[in-house]
Amino acid sequence: MSTGTGLPGAGLPGTGLPDAGLPGVGLPVTGVPGADPAGTGPGQPAGAAPALPLPGRARRFQVPRSPKIIIGLVMLAGFLILAIVGPLVAPYNPSASASTTNGVPQPPSAAHWLGTTQLQQDVFSQMLTGGRSTILVAFAAGLVATMLSVVMGVTAGYRGGLTDDTFSMLANFFLVLPALPLLIVVFGFLPPSSGSNDLLIGLIISVTGWAFGARVLRAQTLSLRNRDYVESARIVGERGWRVVVFEILPNLTPVVAASFLFTVLYGVGTYTALAFLGLVNPEHWSWGSILFYAQSNEAEISGYWWWYMPPGFAVAFLGTALALLNFGIDEFINPRLRAAGLSRRRTGKAGRGKLPRRFVLGVTPVIRAGEGGRP
Amino acid sequence: MRVLIRRIAFYIVTAVAAITVDFFIPRVMPGNPVSAVLARLQGQVTPSTISALEQQYGLKTKEGLWGQYVHYLQNLVHGNLGISTSNYPAEVTTVIRSALPWTLGLVGMATVVSFVLGTLIGIGVAWRRGTWLDNVLPATTFFQAAPYFFIAFLALDLFATRLGWFPTGRAYGQLDFPAFSATYVGDVLSHAVLPALTIVVCSAAGWIVSMRNVMVTTMDEDYVLVAQAKGLPKGRVVWYAARNAILPSVSGFSLALGFVVSGALLTEIVFSYPGLGWILLQAVGERDYPLLQGIFLIITFAVLAANLAADFVYVLLDPRTRQEA
Repeated sequence: MSTGTGLPGAGLPGTGLPDAGLPGVGLPVTGVPGADPAGTGPGQPAGAAPALPLPGRARRFQVPRSPKIIIGLVMLAGFLILAIVGPLVAPYNPSASASTTNGVPQPPSAAHWLGTTQLQQDVFSQMLTGGRSTILVAFAAGLVATMLSVVMGVTAGYRGGLTDDTFSMLANFFLVLPALPLLIVVFGFLPPSSGSNDLLIGLIISVTGWAFGARVLRAQTLSLRNRDYVESARIVGERGWRVVVFEILPNLTPVVAASFLFTVLYGVGTYTALAFLGLVNPEHWSWGSILFYAQSNEAEISGYWWWYMPPGFAVAFLGTALALLNFGIDEFINPRLRAAGLSRRRTGKAGRGKLPRRFVLGVTPVIRAGEGGRP
Repeated sequence: MRVLIRRIAFYIVTAVAAITVDFFIPRVMPGNPVSAVLARLQGQVTPSTISALEQQYGLKTKEGLWGQYVHYLQNLVHGNLGISTSNYPAEVTTVIRSALPWTLGLVGMATVVSFVLGTLIGIGVAWRRGTWLDNVLPATTFFQAAPYFFIAFLALDLFATRLGWFPTGRAYGQLDFPAFSATYVGDVLSHAVLPALTIVVCSAAGWIVSMRNVMVTTMDEDYVLVAQAKGLPKGRVVWYAARNAILPSVSGFSLALGFVVSGALLTEIVFSYPGLGWILLQAVGERDYPLLQGIFLIITFAVLAANLAADFVYVLLDPRTRQEA
């Protein structure tokens, strides 16, 4: 990895990632268009040995090596594996009762690693089986919502005028509308048989989840639209869709990735909430439906912690993984947000909290040269 | 003022759109769920109620869609949301009216506390960037990602069941009949602590992160450097930076509020708190469609009103919005 040593791909249209901050937080757009912050970030751990800069094309897919991103990726990979193999390795049928006479949930034991429900179903098997549906719905929702937000946001930002007004109005409408109550009404009217179709559920959730990404992408497109390299592509006579797909979209990659992660996170929470309310067929195992049964049997006030904690923590950690990745990407887009790195070392030397440190893109790697090691 | 007028117009359009969506959802759903519920109700409620519900959902009527829509709007303007089938013969508005104050009190209080607290912590974390306070950020990630109702489960299990510090649910002691007295107020407050705490812990995380991120950027501005260079007290410098950094938090309020309200509804369910979330769960379980739709409308209106209030505050705070272009 060429972190800290690679020359920024400045001036090469379409090879770099945007250096602008998220417009939602009002950050100024700084730096050279198309500059590649992957090679300039101050907070990124410098590689052990400076590697040769990769050719421009490969560098675009570099993932910055921040601890947040690594932890997030590892956790996410674990959950994805769980989704794939979980239902196959579950030791019991999640709906089967081990005993019909005992009506008290049993705490964890050798036979039932996470204890049982009051119907003597194995919670561990329910967890393994339910992971797939939860993750599938979340990713389906994230994928569809991201596609929607790219189409709506980029079109609105690029076309401007009436298209922009209409699409922005639509996005704002979905933004202020409280999504969960709306989904509750929709799912309340849905026939129970549709309650087990993961893709349909993901699709419905995505309709309420695309607006935020569209807004961010629109603002980002607006700032890219009038840059010189886009202008020149237009002057050369490239068609509209070509300018969008080959000049603008590559520069939106981190923003698109961030909005994808955000919507997957939203999908996890929303699907779990809907299942928790019993709006999704509870026989269709997901982490939310385990929580539904736990709540309806008052697990939380009866001390049956093994019943509600595993699904709750699973959802929370899946969300944490996604949020960590998102933080990592945020810091990648806007290097000032980085907590570690320069300021810690500097303030340690020069006295704490004296002056806010000013980061200048492209200069910081020089300052960090020789420091090496991981923060 | 032009800004505010435009915002008000936007909220009116949004409200009308939400009303329209509410009208269409039962009519476009496959499998005609309303007739199934009505069939089940046969014999339990009076025939006139059934026919009123049929009319409300456009069943067995010769009226066209437009006529139904006009009828629906007329009913809405008169505050008539229909009969709640699960609380028969109570009207939807009556059921909602009894639950609304609990939700407004809980969510309103918790939102204000979490906004103030989260913003202050965010300022502190940003100001001390590079110290141990940075460790606050990963912790907030967990609370942002965890479902509200799961944190509610944990709070209930730990503080109510195991430690017994707080009651395990409801909004007031069962035997105390609501009479306004010091004991009653104390009772209500002690029932509200855990749900409110859950909402504060979960929603403050978002404010911390957004405030911290903007604050970090603001602190790099020249005027902050100047303020420090000329020797202003540290508190004054933080105040100047924070005043500017808080604007995106206020304008982001509308985005966050929807999440907070949704989370609060689920929290109420865990605590059996008699607010909108609790009756929402009943409406879902009983397939009480009029109540379900009524709650959706009320929540939407409340969120829009809160957004409008946030916009007013924004205009007050940011003089740039008051300049006529």
